Amino acid sequence: MSGPFLAPPKIARALLLCILLIAAGPLHAQPGSVPIDPQADVASERSLLQQMPRIEGRIDIQNPTAHVLEQPDGRVWRYFHEVLLHWTGAVVILGTILLLAVAYLVIGRLRISAGRSGIRVPRFDAFERFSHWLTAVSFLVLALTGLNVTFGKQLLLPVIGHDAFSTVSEAAKYVHNFFSFPFVAGLILVGTMWIRDNVPRAIDLVWFKEGGGFIPSKHPTAGRFNAGEKVVFWLALAFGAAVAVSGYLLLFPFYVTNIAGMQIVQVVHSLVAILFVALIIGHIYIGTLGMEGAFEAMGTGSVDLNWAKEHHGLWLEEKAAKGRAPRALPSGTPAE
Amino acid sequence: MARMKFLCDAERCIECNACVTACKNENEVPWGINRRRLVTINDGKPGERSVSMACMHCSDPPCASVCPVDCFMVTADHVVLHSKDLCIGCGYCFYACPFGAPQYPSVSNFGSRGKMDKCTYCAGGPEPDNTQAEFAKYGANRLSQGKLPLCAEMCSTKSLLAGDGDIIAQIYKERVAKRGYGSGAWGWQTAYHEGIPA
Repeated sequence: MSGPFLAPPKIARALLLCILLIAAGPLHAQPGSVPIDPQADVASERSLLQQMPRIEGRIDIQNPTAHVLEQPDGRVWRYFHEVLLHWTGAVVILGTILLLAVAYLVIGRLRISAGRSGIRVPRFDAFERFSHWLTAVSFLVLALTGLNVTFGKQLLLPVIGHDAFSTVSEAAKYVHNFFSFPFVAGLILVGTMWIRDNVPRAIDLVWFKEGGGFIPSKHPTAGRFNAGEKVVFWLALAFGAAVAVSGYLLLFPFYVTNIAGMQIVQVVHSLVAILFVALIIGHIYIGTLGMEGAFEAMGTGSVDLNWAKEHHGLWLEEKAAKGRAPRALPSGTPAE
Repeated sequence: MARMKFLCDAERCIECNACVTACKNENEVPWGINRRRLVTINDGKPGERSVSMACMHCSDPPCASVCPVDCFMVTADHVVLHSKDLCIGCGYCFYACPFGAPQYPSVSNFGSRGKMDKCTYCAGGPEPDNTQAEFAKYGANRLSQGKLPLCAEMCSTKSLLAGDGDIIAQIYKERVAKRGYGSGAWGWQTAYHEGIPA
């Protein structure tokens, strides 16, 4: 069909060769007019950097990082670390504190509506509290020493001077490295012991719809953990896993990844850590200042019966059914 | 005051590694650390070039701005120095440095880094010039004696140049003009925000 209209391949190639030879002809005709260019195969620094983010080569030094000749992205990472991270950190953390301050001023401390019954219901056993506080103390230490690396230069250094700040920061670096181990251990304990009670259920949606317990007149019921606590649980596990994995990659630099990887890992570690700090500030607020009767659950291990009724009605019923909690009570809440 | 810079003319580098050795010897650099190193690009292929690299003493040095304890200082000659008394070995300057200059002695297991070590442009450290304390931490202070860094001083092909930035740039430009080619002043665009047209 199309055969007659196409030149046979051999003829086409011969024609192409002729054209090339004619084009190249003048060069061969006048040898010497074009200087020999020993650069013909050399990629200049500029063209190499246009093709790839880093210039790498071969080196004899036994060091996994030494073969990278140039990585201009270091300046990009500097921009993240010195500008973006500082602003993100300041806005997210101060924003969270501001939001909670407003919540405290507007809603105030959430009281036990029915008042205290004086009857205690066990909520967290000793091992659960140990696991929680292991995680919590490690987190606080990690958060403070971590924030020192990012904000210490602006906040603490001008106050205590270079020498003292350097001493503090070096100690903080080691503390940060070593407290990662109890933190991860605590996270694993907390994660495994509470995962069953934190599986999302249909009732969690109702809890959100009814204002999540933030409307003092409403007490949406919940199982052992309400939807808010479940959010904290799952986010803490997710953030914890992310900071742990990225943190260990930073603790073992260049074992797994190259320079670009290290920069990305640091970005992930610092951004997730800031979100984590904001989450935990909220968690601390609702567990202490924000709600009457909440702290004692993790402090002493038991809660007031009326608090349990108002916030974790289903859990209390389950417990009562198993005979582990007082059943009907001196009618704590009057029928309204 | 002069603005001190390094310039490596890759067309002249013969990959002899004398600059690396000279630096290690002159400054008694600790084991496992190389303040200067030599990277070969396109090794064994047409267009192979070797480049000698160390701290470029950048304008607006990224290491100094990311340092969480503010341990860097820039001298009047624009040599970037740091204090090993303040350094906490966090490793951030290595992530920020475009040239892989900061090095850390391994002080314990895992990734624990000791005090950072890098090229001082043979200008010592914050201690008083040419004292034992200065030499132990930072190595030689040739600049205070009116001498240039030894790596460049003993480069057999004068590929590696050190000195006032304007003067070494002029030398390189003249070379490029005379021989008709050059692969560029490696690192200059990144370090000093100015290239030298090759």
